[in-house]
Amino acid sequence: MVAAVWFLIANTLANLEERGIASGFGFLRREAGFEIGESFFLRYNAADSYLRALAVGLINTLTVSAIGIVLATGLGTAVGLCRLSGNALLRTISTAYVEFVRNVPLLVQLFFWYALITEALPVAREALEPLPGVFLSNRGIYFPTFSGAPVLEGFNFTGGAGVSPEFAALLLGLVTYTAGFIAEIVRAGVLSIVRGQWEAAQAVGLTRAQALRHVVLPQALRVMVPPMTSQYLDLTKNSSLAVAIGYPDLVSIANTAINQTGQAIEGIAIIMAVYLTISLSISALMNWYNARVLR
Amino acid sequence: MKWLNRLFTVVLAFLLLKFLFWFVDWAFIEAVWRPDSKACRAAAGACWGFIADKHRFILFGTYPFEEHWRPAIATLLLIALWVLSAWRMFWKPQLIGVWAIGLVSIGVLMWGGVFGLPYVENERWGGMILTLLLFTFGVAFAFPLSILLALARRSDLPALRALAVGYIELVRGVPLISLLFMASVMLPLFLPAGVAIDKLLRAQLALILFAAAYLAEVVRGGLQAIPKEQYEAADALGLTYWQRTRAVVLPQALRIAVPPLVSTFIGFFKNTSLVVVIGLFDFLSTVKVSLNEPAWTGFGVEAYFFAALVYFVFCYAMSLYSRGLERRL
Repeated sequence: MVAAVWFLIANTLANLEERGIASGFGFLRREAGFEIGESFFLRYNAADSYLRALAVGLINTLTVSAIGIVLATGLGTAVGLCRLSGNALLRTISTAYVEFVRNVPLLVQLFFWYALITEALPVAREALEPLPGVFLSNRGIYFPTFSGAPVLEGFNFTGGAGVSPEFAALLLGLVTYTAGFIAEIVRAGVLSIVRGQWEAAQAVGLTRAQALRHVVLPQALRVMVPPMTSQYLDLTKNSSLAVAIGYPDLVSIANTAINQTGQAIEGIAIIMAVYLTISLSISALMNWYNARVLR
Repeated sequence: MKWLNRLFTVVLAFLLLKFLFWFVDWAFIEAVWRPDSKACRAAAGACWGFIADKHRFILFGTYPFEEHWRPAIATLLLIALWVLSAWRMFWKPQLIGVWAIGLVSIGVLMWGGVFGLPYVENERWGGMILTLLLFTFGVAFAFPLSILLALARRSDLPALRALAVGYIELVRGVPLISLLFMASVMLPLFLPAGVAIDKLLRAQLALILFAAAYLAEVVRGGLQAIPKEQYEAADALGLTYWQRTRAVVLPQALRIAVPPLVSTFIGFFKNTSLVVVIGLFDFLSTVKVSLNEPAWTGFGVEAYFFAALVYFVFCYAMSLYSRGLERRL
C-alpha cells in the first residue's frame, strides 16, 4: 500500500516537472485575467486574483443553491399535497409532473430551459412585460428595485435588478427537478400519518386544511427531515451542472483556473474541499433541526 | 364546498385544454417534419426536421457512416440483454454466461477487426450505444464493489470500517462533475510516463467509483434489515464469515434491497449524461453537437425535448419495473 502511494506520488512529481506545472496553492494570489459574467455581493474584475475569482464562484454557487432550496421546498410541498388532493384532475396533473421531471436527467432539463430562454423569448427590444416594470427577454429577466426600474439601453436593460439567462435556466431547472423529488417525500410523509389522526382532528371540528396545518404536517416533518436533507444536498451538488450552461459557479471558475494554470490537483482539491464543507454544514444544520423536531 | 371543488375542476380543465391545444398545434399541426431548415425557420411550429436530418449522428455519433448497422445491432442486443435480465424466471447463474456472450458479441461488433469487419477505435464510438455501455459497465463493476464497501462498513475491523466510511462519505459529499474532471485532467498526472488510459475508460472509472458509493449505502440498508438471529443461526452452524455472507446474509439483504437498487440504477442512468461536460460523445452530447451545425442552430428546444423523451422512455420503463417488483417481493 505504502509502495503504491509512493509510486503514484513519484509519477505525479515526474509528470508535473516534465510539463512545467508548478505545484502548491501559490497561484491563488496571481492575477486571474478572465472576466466573470455575473457576481453577487462581491465586486470582481479580470485584474483580481484567482482567490477572489473562486470566492465569486463560491458565492454564485451558494446564492443559486439557497434560492433553489427555498423555492424547491415550496413548489415540492405544493405538488406533494396536490398529489393527495381529493380533486382527481389536480392529482393527475401533479402525478404527471412528478413522473416527468424525475425520469429525465437534470442536465437535459437544464439544456432545455436554457434553449427555451435564449431561443423562444424575444430580443431585449421586444421584451415581454408580464407585469409593469418586469421584462422577459433572451437577455434574462429584469425587474425594478427600490433604487430604480430597468430601462432599455442599446441591446440590453440597465437599472433595476436582473438575472442572466444562465442563472434563470439553472434556477428553473434545479427547482423544478428537485421539487419532483420533494413532492414524493411530502406525500410519503403525509401518508405515514395514521388515519386516526385525521379523524381525531375532524372530531374536534378542524377543517381539512386546519388538520393538515396543525396536526398532520408537524408529525409528518419527523419522517420528512432526513430525506429532505439529502435532497438539499443533492440540489447544492447539482448546481455544479452550471458549468454546462455557462453560469459561473465554483466548479466552472475552478475549471477555468485549471485550464489556465494546469494545476489540476489543487483546483480539484479546492472544489472537493468546498463541497465537503457545504455538505457537512447542511447535514449538521438539518441534524440540529431534526433533533428539534423530534423533541 | 362541493361547488367550489367543481368550479376549480372546470377552471383547471380549461387551462389544461388550452395548453394541450397549444401544444398539439406546436408539435404537430404547425410542425415541419422534412429535413429543411429554411422551412423550419419560416414555420411557427416545432422543427422535427432537425431530428430527421441528424438522426444518424444523434444515434451513432462519429462512428463510420457505412458501418452504422453495427452499433444499431449492438444497441438492440444490449437492450435485449437488459430486458431479459428483468424477468425473474431468468434470474439464474446461467444469466451471467448469457451476458458474457452478449458483451463479447457487442465488443466484436463495435471494435471489429475480425470476421472482415473494419476496425473502429473507441474514440469514434458515440450516441446511444455509448450511453448504454457507460451504464452497463458502470453497474457491472460498481455493484460488486458496492457490496464489498457495504460489508467493509459493517466489518468488525476498525481500520477497514474507517476506510469504507471515509470513501463513501467523501464520494457522496462531492458532485459527480468533480470526479469526472478528476478522471479527465488529474488522473493522467498520476500515471508513469508512456502509460495512457483513454478518455472513455477514465470517464467509466469515475462513474464506477461514484455509483459504488451510492449503491453501497443501499446495500447497507438491506444488510441492516437482516435480523440478528440470522447471523447467530449461521454461526451456530459453524459457517465461516464468507460462507455466512454468501449463503445466508447477502441473498436476503439483496432481495430486500432490489427496489431501492433499481431506483439508484435509474439515477445512475441519468447521471451518465454528465460525460458531456468532459467531451465524450454520449447520446446527450451528440444531440448538443448536432445543434452546432449552422443550418440547425437555434432549434435547441426541439432537440432537448426529443432527448428528454428518449431518456424518459428508458427511465420510466425502469421505474415501472421497480414498482412492479416492489409489489411482488
